[in-house]
Amino acid sequence: MSHENTHRAAPAEEAVPAIQIEGLHKSFGDVHVLTGCDLTVRPGEVAVLVGPSGSGKSTLLRCINQLEEASAGRVRIEGVTQGYAEQPLADGRWQKLSAKQIAAQRARIGMVFQRFQLFPHMTALHNVMEAPVHVLGMEKAQAESEARELLARVGLAERADHYPSELSGGQQQRVAIARALAMKPELMLFDEPTSALDPELVAEVLAVLQDLAADGMTMVVVTHEMGFAREVADTVVFMDEGRIIEQGPPAQVIDSPRSDRLKDFLASVL
Amino acid sequence: MSTSSIAPPPAAAPAAGDYTPIRARSAPRPGTWIAAVIVALLVVALVNFLLTNPVLDWGTVATYILDVKVVQGVGWTLLLTVLSMVVGTVIALLAAIMRRSDNPVLRGVAWAYIFVFRGTPVYTQLVFWGLFTVIIPKIVIGVPFGPELLSFSTRDLFTAFWAAVIGLGLNEGAYLAEIFRSGLNSVDRGQSEASRALGMSEGLILRRIIVPQAMRVIVPPLGNETIGMLKTTSLVLAVPFTLDLTFATNGIANKLFTPIPLLIVAALWYLAITSVLMVGQHHLEKYFGRGFDARTPGAPGTKRSRQSAVNSAGTTPQNPLPEVEL
Repeated sequence: MSHENTHRAAPAEEAVPAIQIEGLHKSFGDVHVLTGCDLTVRPGEVAVLVGPSGSGKSTLLRCINQLEEASAGRVRIEGVTQGYAEQPLADGRWQKLSAKQIAAQRARIGMVFQRFQLFPHMTALHNVMEAPVHVLGMEKAQAESEARELLARVGLAERADHYPSELSGGQQQRVAIARALAMKPELMLFDEPTSALDPELVAEVLAVLQDLAADGMTMVVVTHEMGFAREVADTVVFMDEGRIIEQGPPAQVIDSPRSDRLKDFLASVL
Repeated sequence: MSTSSIAPPPAAAPAAGDYTPIRARSAPRPGTWIAAVIVALLVVALVNFLLTNPVLDWGTVATYILDVKVVQGVGWTLLLTVLSMVVGTVIALLAAIMRRSDNPVLRGVAWAYIFVFRGTPVYTQLVFWGLFTVIIPKIVIGVPFGPELLSFSTRDLFTAFWAAVIGLGLNEGAYLAEIFRSGLNSVDRGQSEASRALGMSEGLILRRIIVPQAMRVIVPPLGNETIGMLKTTSLVLAVPFTLDLTFATNGIANKLFTPIPLLIVAALWYLAITSVLMVGQHHLEKYFGRGFDARTPGAPGTKRSRQSAVNSAGTTPQNPLPEVEL
């Protein structure tokens, strides 16, 4: 595979990171869910977030496209601060962006959810066409031809005119991936994309993810599939109790864990 | 089929219908027969009453069922029903969306509207709208305390018919707003989240994603309210608007001193209109239910999946996440 574990091949002068997270905190009421996370993802890198449930993986992911608003810290995508102006105001406060500006930032980040969240009242084709037509203002004919191409890419050309309720879970998730790709995102976020699937359907979705990674898509994947992490990830990030405990290439993180918590976690999932 | 070695190709699976169905005789059901006998006796009694009671006077019913005044009354009643439901639906949708808003001013306005119009009798409201032109005889557009730019008399625009439509529509909107609110709340929150992740604005999400899905929940009670409205239109004499079906048949009855046959005329027409409305409701339910029902046919020429065959029988609770290969 062309994409296999080519970490840190870039020279000292690196490109702008695809994602740069600095000192990220998030509280829900009095529960401190993220307690200072730093993470950098290079363009074309595949980062896999693993960790026990409640460790903050999904919250971290959802802070990247502002589905959750961070309590402290900063998220930059391709060098651009998300949700706020680049510079603080004269009094030290940060100017929030408008709903429209935030929507525009989100439109450049694809996201795939555990429970697919396809639009049930639209066919697979119209699910994929929806955002290009109504957010980007693309011509319907062009959006349709691009949508059919994307559905073919995820192996569902034949299912374009089916409603989500007529598709299996694996097929629905592949449509959801096509729907996110239709916006031509700079990076893709996956929130446990295979957790709601029957075991025999997991492989077809992971194959699409692997294909995307091979094409050089920047990806952040929350998953429990350690086999996938080992094979496709450039970086495995282990989180526990709202903190990033270890991160590095899969060979290092999965095969020679340093912390006891990671050792315990791996013993329970492998 | 052998399971010990490699499974045979699907072609070797038994063909559909390749079995002898059970030849069964039904278990005895005495309850059905007892009920049938009782109902048959009651029907005979009812038919006897309808045919022999002279007060019903079927001759007069036949004479007036297609009377010009009655048929025109049907037309006005239908028009009042449709227009006031349109007014009510638009207002209700606005009020329901306002109640979900982050803006406290909009939430308050919607709350106050529902409080006032749901909390007072529709009859009172209709009388009020009938007196509207007395309360506000002239509408003036201009600079406050300054020159008048445009002024017109309300009497020219706000006829009894429009007073009735506005009165019925505003009252209905308050009830429908609550129905719409529960419909909007019934849509999975994950749907707006997925839409936001695609960069859609809140307005677009409502229009394209939330409202179409909410309609599936809203349409059945909306149909119910429409049928209710059909009959509420008989109160428009409070405005007073005097061309609707009930007023027309009452007028004839008072002239002839025969109330019963004209009540039957009105009842038969209301039943006929209700039947037509029920057909419309059925089609709306089918339209907004698309994609939700496993029975929705797929693209023409595609084979129905095994899972959708099981689901459409309706005997097995549906798994929200069907995991099957088609």
